[in-house]
Amino acid sequence: MTEPKTLYAKIWDAHVVDTRADGTALIYIDRHLVHEVTSPQAFEGLRAAGRTVRRPDLTLAVPDHNLPTTRRVDAQGQRLPIADLESAAQLAALARNAPAAGIRYIDAVAAEQGIVHVVGPEQGFTLPGTTVVCGDSHTASHGALGALAFGIGTSEVEHVLATQTLLLQRSQSMEVRVDGVLGAGVTPKDVILHIIGRIGAAGGTGHVIEYTGNVFREMSIEGRLTVANMSIEAGARAGLVAPDETTFAYLKGRPMAPVGAQWDAAVAWWRTLATDPGAAYDKVVVIDAGEIAPSLTWGTSPEDVVPITGVVPDPMSFADPSKQAAAQKSLDYMGLVPGTRMQDVGVDMVFIGSCTNSRIEDLRAAADVVRGRHVAPGVAQALVVPGSGLVKRQAEAEGLDRVFVDAGFEWREPGCSMCLAMNPDKVPPGMRCASTSNRNFVGRQGPGARTHLLSPAMAAAAAVTGRLTDVRELMGAAA
Amino acid sequence: MNPVVKVEGRAIPFGRKNVDTDVIIPAHYLKTISRSGLGRGAFEVVRREPGNVFDDPRYVGAPVLIAGDNFGCGSSREHAAWALGDMGVQAVIAPSYSDIFSGNAVKNGIVPVVLPQDAVDRLMVVAAEGLPVTVDLESCTVTTPYQDRYSFTIDPFRRDCLMHGLDEIGLTMAQGDAISAYEAKVGAERGWV
Ligand code: SF4
Repeated sequence: MTEPKTLYAKIWDAHVVDTRADGTALIYIDRHLVHEVTSPQAFEGLRAAGRTVRRPDLTLAVPDHNLPTTRRVDAQGQRLPIADLESAAQLAALARNAPAAGIRYIDAVAAEQGIVHVVGPEQGFTLPGTTVVCGDSHTASHGALGALAFGIGTSEVEHVLATQTLLLQRSQSMEVRVDGVLGAGVTPKDVILHIIGRIGAAGGTGHVIEYTGNVFREMSIEGRLTVANMSIEAGARAGLVAPDETTFAYLKGRPMAPVGAQWDAAVAWWRTLATDPGAAYDKVVVIDAGEIAPSLTWGTSPEDVVPITGVVPDPMSFADPSKQAAAQKSLDYMGLVPGTRMQDVGVDMVFIGSCTNSRIEDLRAAADVVRGRHVAPGVAQALVVPGSGLVKRQAEAEGLDRVFVDAGFEWREPGCSMCLAMNPDKVPPGMRCASTSNRNFVGRQGPGARTHLLSPAMAAAAAVTGRLTDVRELMGAAA
Repeated sequence: MNPVVKVEGRAIPFGRKNVDTDVIIPAHYLKTISRSGLGRGAFEVVRREPGNVFDDPRYVGAPVLIAGDNFGCGSSREHAAWALGDMGVQAVIAPSYSDIFSGNAVKNGIVPVVLPQDAVDRLMVVAAEGLPVTVDLESCTVTTPYQDRYSFTIDPFRRDCLMHGLDEIGLTMAQGDAISAYEAKVGAERGWV
C-alpha cells in the first residue's frame, strides 16, 4: 500500500526533476503564460546573458494589462495607435520578443486575445495535472482545472524561459471544504469572499489550498476559476480543485487540448489525480455553505468582508490592536462611517470584468439582473469588459451586449481594464466603485479610488440602483 | 547579483501589516522595460501622509526596512523588490512575507528576515531612535547596539544564493542533462503534455 497522497502532492511529485540536499526541488514547468508587463526585463536578461528560450512550444504570450479597452482598429481595419507611450513600448516589446523566440503570440487585435487567465483555460492551454506559471499572481486561477498554477516574479520568468524549470520549496497543504447548499443569490464570488473573510488575507500563506466539498464539485469550471483566482488574496500560492467529469467536459475540443488517443491517455491520468481517501492536509478549514450570504468588501484588504445585509464595522470591534488601526485607516480611505448599512452606501462607478469575473457565465448573471432596467442616474460610469475576444463574441451572439448597452453600460474590448490602474480605465480619486475584480488595495483602481469587491450580479444590482444592493431584492421581482 | 553577507545601518521603522505590492510600488510605475529607477515611486501613497518615515531625513537610504505581518502581499511584480533595492534597502525584517515577494527579494539581493512580532516590536523601538541594526547572514542573527540578539532561520539554498551572489539560472542550466532526461521520460509517459 502506498501512502495516501493529496492532489497537490501528486502533481508536485510528477514534476520533480531533481531534489537538492537542502530540500529545494527543481520543478518542471509544463505551461508558461507571458504578458507585457512582467516579461520585458526577463527577455532582456536572456539576451544580455546570451541565452535562448528552451521550450517556446510550452509558452503562450498575450497582451492584456496595458491595452486600452476602447476600439483597437478603425472603420478601415487599420490598427489604432496607443496614446500612452510607455504602454505602447511595453506592448511593442512583447510583440517583438515573443515571436523572435518562437513563442506563440496572440496579438491585441486577434479574436482570441484576452486576459491571460481567461485565455489559458479557454484555449485548452491549461490542463489538469500540469504545472502552470505566469508573471502574475492570479495565475492561481488555473488551479480550477486541477493544474498546479502560481504567479512568479520576473527573475523566475527568465528562469523558466531559459530552463523550463523553477527552484521551489514545497508548500504546506490546506483543505478548504465547503459542504451544503448555497442560498439564493450566492455565487462563487461570494463563496471565495466569505472564505477570505474567514481565514484572512494571510490565512493561506505558505500553503496551497485545495477546495473540496460538494459546493465545488457541483460548481461550473467558470465558477471554480473565480474561486481559485482569489486564492492569492488569502495568501495562498495556489488553489486547486480536483479535476473531474466537469473539467474533462469543459476541456474537450478546445483548440490546444489533446485529441484522439492522447486525449484518452490524458483523461486516464487525470482521473488518478484526486486526493486519496485518508490523505492528510497540514491545515483544514470547514465552512457550511448555508452560512454564506451575498458578500462584499468594506475596506482595503480582501479580508474585509461583510454580508450585504451587514454594516460598516467599528474598528474597535476587532480584537487585534494592529487590525483596529488598519481598519480605521481603511475606513478613512474608503470614506465610510462605522454602523452605516452597506446597502445605504451609494456608488459612482461599476466595473464588471477582470480575470475573476469576465467569463460568459459572469456576463449572463449580470445581464439577468440588468435586463429591463437602467443604470441609475448617479452612476458616472458602468463598464462591462469581457475577459477575451471569444467571450465577447459569445456574449454578442446571445444579445448580452444589447442588454448592457441599452441599460447605459459601456461594452468594451477585452483586457484587464479597471482592475488595475495601468491602462486608461481608472476610477477617479474619491469615487466609489462596485467592482467584480479581486483587489481592493489602496489605489488599485486608480489613486484615491474606493473599491468594493462583489459578484457580477451584485455589481449589476449596484449599477441599476446606484447603491450597494442585496441582489436578492431584484431577483424574481419583475423589473 | 552582488553577494550580501552583512547588512548594517539605520532601519526604517515602518511596521505596518499586510503591506501590499501596490503600496510598495503602484501599478503606474510598472510600465517600464528596465529594472532600475523605481525607487522614486516606492511607497508613493505612504509618502503623501504627513510625517511619514520614508521622508524622514534620518532614514533616507537606510538599508533595513522593518514591517509587519504578510509584507509584500498581492501581486507578483518583482518591481516591488527592484523599488526597494533602488531606494537602498538590502534587508527587510518582518514576522511574515508573501511567498512570491520573499522569493523576489532574494533574487535581488534583499534579505527577507523573519522574526517574531515581539522581536520586530523591539527593533521598531531601536530603529525609531535612529540606531543601527545589523543583519548577519553568516550567523543568521539580527543585533543592535543595545546587545539585542535575535536568531532567524532562512532557507539554506536562499542563504547560499544571497551570500555568494549566485546566478540561479546558470546553476539550473548546469543541470541541463537532468532536465532533458525528465523531458524524455514525460514525453514517453504523458505525450499529451
Ligand atoms: S484582470 Fe486584474 S488581476 Fe487579472 S491579470 Fe489583469 S490585472 Fe491581474
